Amino acid sequence: MCLAVPGRVLEVSGDRARVDFNGNQSEVCMALTPQASPGEWVLVHAGFAITMLDEADARETWKYLEGVDPRDIREGAGTEA
Amino acid sequence: MRADVGLLTAELHRLSERVGREARFMEVCGTHTVSMFRHGLRSLLPPNVVLISGPGCPVCVTAQRHIDAAIALSRVSSVILATYGDMIRVPGRLGSLEASRALGADVRAVNSTLTALKLARDNPLREVVFVAVGFETTAPATAAALKRALQEGVRNFSVLAAHKLVVPAMLALLASGDDRLDGFLCPGHVSVIIGAEAYRPVVERHHRPCVVAGFEPEGMLAGLVALLRQTSEGTARLENVYPQVVSDRGNRAALELLDEVFTVADEPWRELGVIAKSGLKLRPAYERFDALARFGVELGEDEDHPACRCGEVIQGRIHPKDCKVFGTACTPLSPLGPCMVSSEGTCSAWYKYGRTAVGRAAVGGAAL
Ligand code: SF4
Repeated sequence: MCLAVPGRVLEVSGDRARVDFNGNQSEVCMALTPQASPGEWVLVHAGFAITMLDEADARETWKYLEGVDPRDIREGAGTEA
Repeated sequence: MRADVGLLTAELHRLSERVGREARFMEVCGTHTVSMFRHGLRSLLPPNVVLISGPGCPVCVTAQRHIDAAIALSRVSSVILATYGDMIRVPGRLGSLEASRALGADVRAVNSTLTALKLARDNPLREVVFVAVGFETTAPATAAALKRALQEGVRNFSVLAAHKLVVPAMLALLASGDDRLDGFLCPGHVSVIIGAEAYRPVVERHHRPCVVAGFEPEGMLAGLVALLRQTSEGTARLENVYPQVVSDRGNRAALELLDEVFTVADEPWRELGVIAKSGLKLRPAYERFDALARFGVELGEDEDHPACRCGEVIQGRIHPKDCKVFGTACTPLSPLGPCMVSSEGTCSAWYKYGRTAVGRAAVGGAAL
């Protein structure tokens, strides 16, 4: 339940953004990372971006996530549905 | 670039010889526990390096009185009870939320607090109750949803507030005095919110090294190397081997939001009892969102399953295999305790991974 997943911000409107998670897109709340803009990477937990991170770290985390149960990844990323 | 697994493992073995005795480290977070297993890291550890899983699985530490209250709330006819998926199968005194759902309760798994809030907006004639469990990683999401609910005047939304704080639990564990721990591997994602400096009291008051680490194999091994190096030197420092993601002070926006909505309060933990200042309660401006008050549900006492030893498991006092019903009466398909329910639970992790070849090696090397 504590898993957070990196994603790339595609577009921001207000405190919401569309974020790409390795090909899957979700709406994410940006209230905790108001400084993030399109093209940048954020770490997302339960539908909220909790911090920014750089691309190299994001890619490294995705390498590690390859072995993780996809359900846990979906939970980590969360969505506003 | 970070050091690779081979180099880090070699360094661990070198340091373990220098330490020359058993070194016991607690991985506070369930995600670390599972990640260690999945990458087979336990089998790479020197035999005298012992990893103990701590009270860091949100489902496992939720007190039974909160599970019982959630079930009671789910039985209120107007209520849609929304919760993170893992909570649904945790057994309470009155059965689980899953059983409650089978009897007609409207229980929904959600991935985000904002999904729960949307449920409330979409169902104006119903009452949506969100079961707010989890540590500081998850609590800001609850705060954000409540702030939005207040701003938008959503009246049919409320929460069962059961968030927990990591550092007070670590301090309580140490204050009990029989922990035999040499240090803590501190969870990366909680630390994103609270900041590495939050562990300073553990280091200063109890002289235990705290090392913040990520969840990739290299990150966890680097964390263990840092802990073992400190053990070999006889020092206790705060270190952060995940600085790319975790800052000293944490996420300010998240901490401010938490402080706006919640205030620190005494909190009941599964089997650990009430730990002072280890949870979050709603501030007066947000009390209208308190589901217990709204529906007149009282938090009772805990009456855990007599056979279940989750309380000792989450404090690292016993190994899951020391529980008589582990793998027999208690399995992931029919769990008796929360540690077997959650995929991050220690019992579930040992059930799933501890019986493979890697697990057997790990049992030899890292059993309690
Ligand atoms: S094996 Fe089951 S009953 Fe035993 S401590 Fe773990 S969760 Fe509780």
